Amino acid sequence: MNEMIKMVVVLTVLSSFSGGLLAALNNGTRDRIANQELQFVKGPAIASILEGASNDPISDRFALSRGETEMSFFVGAFDGEPRALVFETTGKGFGGDVGLMVGLNFKDNTLMGVGVTTHAETPGMGAKAKDDPGFVAQFKGLPLDKPVNVTSDGGLISAISGATITSRAVCSATNEAVKIYKELKPQLDEKIKEFKK
Amino acid sequence: MAKTITQEFVKGLWDEVPPFRLVLGLCPVLAVTKTLYNGWGMGVATTFVLVCSNVLVSSLRKVIPPKVRIACFIVVIASFVTVVELLMQAYAYPLFLELGIFIPLIVVNCIVLGRSEAFASKKGVIASLSDGLGIGIGFTLSLCALGTVRELLGTGGLTLYKTAIPVFGPSFEPFKFMVEAPGAFVSLGLMLCLMNLAGKK
Repeated sequence: MNEMIKMVVVLTVLSSFSGGLLAALNNGTRDRIANQELQFVKGPAIASILEGASNDPISDRFALSRGETEMSFFVGAFDGEPRALVFETTGKGFGGDVGLMVGLNFKDNTLMGVGVTTHAETPGMGAKAKDDPGFVAQFKGLPLDKPVNVTSDGGLISAISGATITSRAVCSATNEAVKIYKELKPQLDEKIKEFKK
Repeated sequence: MAKTITQEFVKGLWDEVPPFRLVLGLCPVLAVTKTLYNGWGMGVATTFVLVCSNVLVSSLRKVIPPKVRIACFIVVIASFVTVVELLMQAYAYPLFLELGIFIPLIVVNCIVLGRSEAFASKKGVIASLSDGLGIGIGFTLSLCALGTVRELLGTGGLTLYKTAIPVFGPSFEPFKFMVEAPGAFVSLGLMLCLMNLAGKK
């Protein structure tokens, strides 16, 4: 009996101690990890969309909640004037969700560009959505009022060969972004004004 | 025969170097050694876990009841692995992206559990520290050696930190096979062979 109690006590003490330590460490590093994620996962996509921006979009960001989720919006300014808004949406890909950064130019209502952030698509096939700049380049400058589609669905985007599902996922994520933008436009305009100063 | 602290340390570098002599922990060895940078990143992470868990297990060895010792070891090891994972995410994010799933998998790396069970739970704290350090550094060096061979032949360059340094120049045709999984097996086998030849007097 005595041994039984000892086992329980030792395991409990050890587990709670390690739980406490990890919780403290998690608290201490959370902000840094979020920052690193921005810099290394989302940063490259944002930077390629907002090429030539006169501000630092990563620091000029704001959060807005839509329903239950909180979304981050990155503001891109050109020649000191905010012109584009970049944020992340997802589309259903072949191997799971495809994360997509979508840049909207709200000045002349066109797509500024898109960039894949996270995905689990097949290397050499669907993964080209991220690796091949030619595919995402097709989205640049498209008008916002028409939904984006691949050519086989009657749209303008030529799909990556052998990866129609991935290409569709990128299109649907783009359309989703436009929908979110239209939905949140009043709040977004409000926030963007703050950046003008 | 009682070994001195130095002997405990040195045995990890040659006599009991984990991947080659004990042939343990091959999963990360084969999977992450595509580049030298990945190799030493994984090695350092494992060494940290090994040293910390060895020290803690050895200092708790009188308190831990023998019947639940494995559970206790796993709790200790898993905590340190999570510590490494969080720190790596916070301070070396690109490396974390490369190593990915293999960081949490250090928990089930049999070298770490093996040292806790076979050594740290029986010996003193100082001896366990030097054992962990020796085995860890031996593991790191093996990963670096394998990573160097594979990256050098597979890409013609070496990544010491973040960016690759070209070694062979532009005329070198990369031997792609080496950075794929089969190349890992072949180079590990050849290195095992060399180690055995060198050990045979």
